[in-house]
Amino acid sequence: MIACTKSTMKRFVYINDDDLSHELYCDNRISNRKYTLLNFLPKNLWEQFSRFMNQYFLLIACLQLWPLITPVNPASTWGPLIFIFAVSATKEAWDDYNRYLSDKKANEKEVWVVRQGSKKLIQAQEIHVGNLVWLRENDEVPCDLILLGTSEPQGVCYVETAALDGETDLKTRSIPPACMGIDSDLLHKIKGVIECPNPDKDIRRFDANVRLFPPFIDNDVCPLTIKNTILQSCYLRNTDWACGVAVYTGNETKLGMSRGVPEPKLTAMDAMIDKLTGAIFIFQIVVVIVLGIAGNIWKDTEARKHWYVLYPDEGPWYELLIIPLRFELLCSIMIPISIKVSLDLVKSLYAKFIDWDNQMVDLETGTSANATNTAISEDLGQVEYILTDKTGTLTENKMIFKRCCISGTFFGNENGDAVKDVELLNAITTGSPDAIRFLTVMAICNTVIPIKSPSGIVSYKAQSQDEEALVRAAASLHMIFVNKNSNILEINFNGSLIQYEVLDYLEFTSDRKRMSVVVRDCNSGKIILLCKGADEAILPCAYAGHQTKTFSEAVDQYAQMGLRTLCLAWRELNEIEYQDWSLMFKEANSTLVDREWRVAEVCQRLEHDLEILGVAAIEDRLQDGVPETIETLRKAGINFWMLTGDKQNTAIQIALSCNFVSPEPKGQLLLVNGKTEDDVCRNLERVLLTMRITKSEPKDVAFVIDGWALEIALKYYRKAFTELAILSRTAICCRVTPSQKAQLVELLKSCDYRTLAIGDGGNDVRMIQQADIGVGISGREGLQAARAADYSIGKFRFLKRLILVHGRYSYNRTAFLSQYSFYKSLLICFIQIFFSFVSGVSGTSLFNSVSLMAYNVFYTSIPVLVSVLDKDLSEKTVMQHPQILYYGQAGRLLNPTTFAGWFGRALFHAIVVFVITIHSYAFEKSELEEVSMVALSGCVWLQAFVVTLETNSFTILQHLAIWGNLVVFYMINWIVSALPRSGMYTIMYRLCREPSYWNTMFLIVAAGMGPVLALKYFRYTYRSSKINILQQAERLGGPILSLGNIEPQPRSLDNDLAPLSISQSKNGRNSVFEPLLSDSPNAVRRSFGPGATFDFFQSQPKSSTYSRNKDN
Amino acid sequence: MSNPATPMNANAPSSSSGGAGSPDSAPRRNSKRPKYSRFTQQELPACKPILTPKWVISAFMLVTIVFIPIGLASLFASRDVVEIIDRYDNACLQGSKSEKVQFIQSNANKTCVRSLTVRKRMKQPIYVYYQLDSFYQNHRRYVKSRSDSQLRNRGDENQTSDCKPENDANGMAIVPCGLVAWSLFNDTYSFSTGSNQQLPVNKRHISWKSDREDKFGSDVFPKNFQNGSLIGGGRLNESLPLSEQEDLIVWMRTAALPTFRKLYGKIEVDIEAGETINVRLENNYNTYSFSGKKKLVLSTTSWLGGKNNFIGIAYLAVGGLCLLLATTFTLIYLVKPRHLGDPTYLSWNRNPGGH
Repeated sequence: MIACTKSTMKRFVYINDDDLSHELYCDNRISNRKYTLLNFLPKNLWEQFSRFMNQYFLLIACLQLWPLITPVNPASTWGPLIFIFAVSATKEAWDDYNRYLSDKKANEKEVWVVRQGSKKLIQAQEIHVGNLVWLRENDEVPCDLILLGTSEPQGVCYVETAALDGETDLKTRSIPPACMGIDSDLLHKIKGVIECPNPDKDIRRFDANVRLFPPFIDNDVCPLTIKNTILQSCYLRNTDWACGVAVYTGNETKLGMSRGVPEPKLTAMDAMIDKLTGAIFIFQIVVVIVLGIAGNIWKDTEARKHWYVLYPDEGPWYELLIIPLRFELLCSIMIPISIKVSLDLVKSLYAKFIDWDNQMVDLETGTSANATNTAISEDLGQVEYILTDKTGTLTENKMIFKRCCISGTFFGNENGDAVKDVELLNAITTGSPDAIRFLTVMAICNTVIPIKSPSGIVSYKAQSQDEEALVRAAASLHMIFVNKNSNILEINFNGSLIQYEVLDYLEFTSDRKRMSVVVRDCNSGKIILLCKGADEAILPCAYAGHQTKTFSEAVDQYAQMGLRTLCLAWRELNEIEYQDWSLMFKEANSTLVDREWRVAEVCQRLEHDLEILGVAAIEDRLQDGVPETIETLRKAGINFWMLTGDKQNTAIQIALSCNFVSPEPKGQLLLVNGKTEDDVCRNLERVLLTMRITKSEPKDVAFVIDGWALEIALKYYRKAFTELAILSRTAICCRVTPSQKAQLVELLKSCDYRTLAIGDGGNDVRMIQQADIGVGISGREGLQAARAADYSIGKFRFLKRLILVHGRYSYNRTAFLSQYSFYKSLLICFIQIFFSFVSGVSGTSLFNSVSLMAYNVFYTSIPVLVSVLDKDLSEKTVMQHPQILYYGQAGRLLNPTTFAGWFGRALFHAIVVFVITIHSYAFEKSELEEVSMVALSGCVWLQAFVVTLETNSFTILQHLAIWGNLVVFYMINWIVSALPRSGMYTIMYRLCREPSYWNTMFLIVAAGMGPVLALKYFRYTYRSSKINILQQAERLGGPILSLGNIEPQPRSLDNDLAPLSISQSKNGRNSVFEPLLSDSPNAVRRSFGPGATFDFFQSQPKSSTYSRNKDN
Repeated sequence: MSNPATPMNANAPSSSSGGAGSPDSAPRRNSKRPKYSRFTQQELPACKPILTPKWVISAFMLVTIVFIPIGLASLFASRDVVEIIDRYDNACLQGSKSEKVQFIQSNANKTCVRSLTVRKRMKQPIYVYYQLDSFYQNHRRYVKSRSDSQLRNRGDENQTSDCKPENDANGMAIVPCGLVAWSLFNDTYSFSTGSNQQLPVNKRHISWKSDREDKFGSDVFPKNFQNGSLIGGGRLNESLPLSEQEDLIVWMRTAALPTFRKLYGKIEVDIEAGETINVRLENNYNTYSFSGKKKLVLSTTSWLGGKNNFIGIAYLAVGGLCLLLATTFTLIYLVKPRHLGDPTYLSWNRNPGGH
């Protein structure tokens, strides 16, 4: 009977055997720690140094230890480097310490465990596999247990699994039949063996069996399923006590195994910054090589004549390397060490702003938005595709029973729900058997648990919203499901109590798409099969000759209204048939291999010849603000795909009602379906053709594909489907599985699109993890999706704010911050390079160590950090003109062109500072320390004005940071100048007294900023970007027209726009500072090229279009 | 672990100040609801300037108005400075380069006499500088070859590791060590008027006060200086402490550029226009091997320091440029006025006819 496969795959747990399993399996000590005290330093350092940037900095820092080549004190690099490493390490250590604390708390929690035959209170970490653990009500389960006994006479208990899967409803767990009826006093003497698989992380499967040793019942093998387990981190509820045997402990529990660090996501911006860093690195190498060669030539030709330098005739073997290495060190600041810290800092602030945002708090549930992943806010501003789930995401997932069709009669209409339909109420009071049977199925064909409060009100805990809606509806139609006592269901129908005994549950799976219950009517003793499920799963099972046409029509009609439909059916079983089947069912349930499949097969044998009772239609209302949100985001150039497990009609209906697709004639739906490769291929080609042709028309074309066709398309016609995906701005994919959702995300990602996946349920988790950005709705289907996601929000409508406000600002701010960081580093580096030309190309540093370090760490970092408060446009304007997001999507604010602008600005400013400094501090003033300080002051002054010029909105903090920073600069230098031992002793005092110093500063600022301001003004006014125009409109208080006013007359506008039209500025010569103007999304939309001109009226059959009004 | 709303807190008082962002004041159900503050909501009052023509043109005009007068003032100040520059390295020594180098390294008498004509009245104090061209005091090997602690403290005499290659001679530490001190400039000048009247040069307090007092010890005496196999520049009086060796102190303030002037002394009498100054100089210092120039500079001073036209010209240039920009922008503004922020400039039509 025991299907013995490979012995390595099994673990045998001997119940209550104190000696046996100790060495075999780990104890129940939980450890989530990444480090131990001993390995912390090496492990952490190793991790940090696995990044390229860090390796680079380490190399530079090590080179600096060689006094011969270091231009400055090694401390100027080691200081920041150690600081940065210390910050990261401290953060890691702190996280790890918190994990340790929570582990410790869990490990030291006291639990009742049977030891040497009696119950003892021990720490949770001392539990071993095979121990019997006793739990009281509201206890947390310390490890994975097999339930052996509970306080309930039926051997059930209730657990809350929120921590495990996020579902807040109570789940019933029952003891295996073999343990049924064992007296609680005898329980701790129980012995036996459990054969179970090795630990895995599947929290929905557990296929094992148990054999109790005598004296407890004979040697029968009893199957165990997930229903018989209570897993670690669940809570025992509504049950006085429960007792179980530990099968998995410590980190081997289902929860422990499913822990894991998801792969860190890299934003498009990070990738761009990395790319730019690489470019700068190459530039640096080139500079180093050129200067190194020049330096060696100068040394060999000139330096030997300069007797005072006293070059030895013969140098060491590495002499040729010395000068290049010196320049490498001088130029190493080109890649700013501060950029990583600054970026991490601002990124976590972006995330905080999301957490803090009052406008993203769901007032109904009080959940605020939460950014779990703090590192990817910029990506929100670059989203191109949103893939959304339907149920619970677009809709409220609050099911309401709306209509029904009972044996051909339609109940419920526009005026009221079926519950209030007088005819239905009449039918029930008159005792129409069809109606009563229909209600019975609604009331008991489910896994709902009624909970009776002391005041007598019954509330329901259900795993499925549909079931809850049906039970509630039945209750309001006087069929009240009042109590569930293990196997006995009590129903109060019009005051009379009816009892049913549940014999078997034939569970719902996504493959079967139906669920059934076998019950025995306690009065008549008849055995009945009650069944409910999707129409295509139920209708084919009707008995031969059953007229199901009305029902399928009803299903169609309801689906047209956007309702979810369920078909209800039943069949009376005779005793013998049931007994035979029951044996097979038990056997299937105790198999270890492919149990799910075998159970499904056995279920199939019972679910036939059904009598269809009717169709129930449930409404899933759209969430507030969904159509507006989708409309706004679509205007922002984001393409929407809806991926749903629902059926096509419902999906299309929802899509229409939430602005997903426009109704005819503006919109057009193209169907891709088919069961065979040929069908799909034909369909695909036809749709592609239409797409190519209509591309040039301002028409909303969307394609609809179902799961089956999608699978074929992805398998055999990937290329064609990819093209379709690129051409189509909207798609509806219905009947798709979780893995297909993930595949679609993957497909879009492979085309280099930024994707955002949003969903609320466990079936969306894979898609959420796959997408560049995963957003979870902390909704009714539990927190599973929200937990896996990078961001969790309470309602779909907050997505608008998340993307347009937070994403966009984050993008803008990071774009400025990162480029500015390079600009300021390049600036000081260029000055060093220029200085080397007047110092005999010998690699002398103009600036001293203190200045260099402080320049990067203080003088230039602090002003720019407040750019996290910068807002180029007000939130209101952005919401009114979502199209402006296009700048982020197309990466207009951070790309090689804008970077070249900053590079040029750095070069220009370096020239200004250097030339002015060496000329105004020439001859008798040309003292090294003084010149160095003048140049540094010049840089710091320019910084202040550059940040000022690039800031769009000044809050008090910006003023403080920018001007306060200048004050701090002088204070720091005054302090350093007061130290007799420092090289800068008295320098700053001396300079500040000289009028020529201040003259020089003003000159540097005016000469440096004048051209920049002029250029910026010119572009701002005469080559304005859309952002500029909106800024002007917003701040001058002019009317900001809504877009509708502009759209209708594009042609005349194009003429007006001639001076700043797209094509002109696209090849703009002055490509600096501001993003190029282009309105054409095709500039970034990768296109397969325009299709050939076809007569598409011919090639596109009428039937392929789907019209909303067609059927109404 | 985030948890769903706890109904316990249904009516918990919220500490918010009225949530300007949220339109309704529905009861806050959750204490997790973020506290309202202008910072957390990114609603700090902000001033949002934009570049209007008015502002930009006025800014440029303002710069013009400020810069042109300053530029003129600087130019006038610079023009008032009387400066006499005399390049003497070639005048005092003729011949080929190798001859010159050989001569300068010999012990021959290197006295040389120059006479300078004063074109304009020079008011005292008249600063006497020597100017070296193409002398790389900022060369990395050179600039680092010194020991500040040795100069300051008698006790740190042996801290000469930074001074290589001039750290010790004959096994003993050199004070002051390093290439900078070793290459001390040693030309000397004495001045007399045409009427053969001596013009005394005051060499006291030509160095920075802070250097004398804090950087160069009053108890540190030169030791073992210029005793090596290679003699660099000048020698030092071993009986004077370093704090009084002002020529050394001046020399040790390394210059940032290969062309620099260093103060030699001050002449504290006025010299009238038309007078001739006779300079008797000892041309000791070797600039011939690297073709450097040596110049003697006599200069008066102004509020801006010595003669330097650069600042004045640069100010005028920047002021002029700003004036040009201001006028250009005004003209463009007048000729082709542009309504700022006109929303008709927005064209969001992303697919009109497929771009």
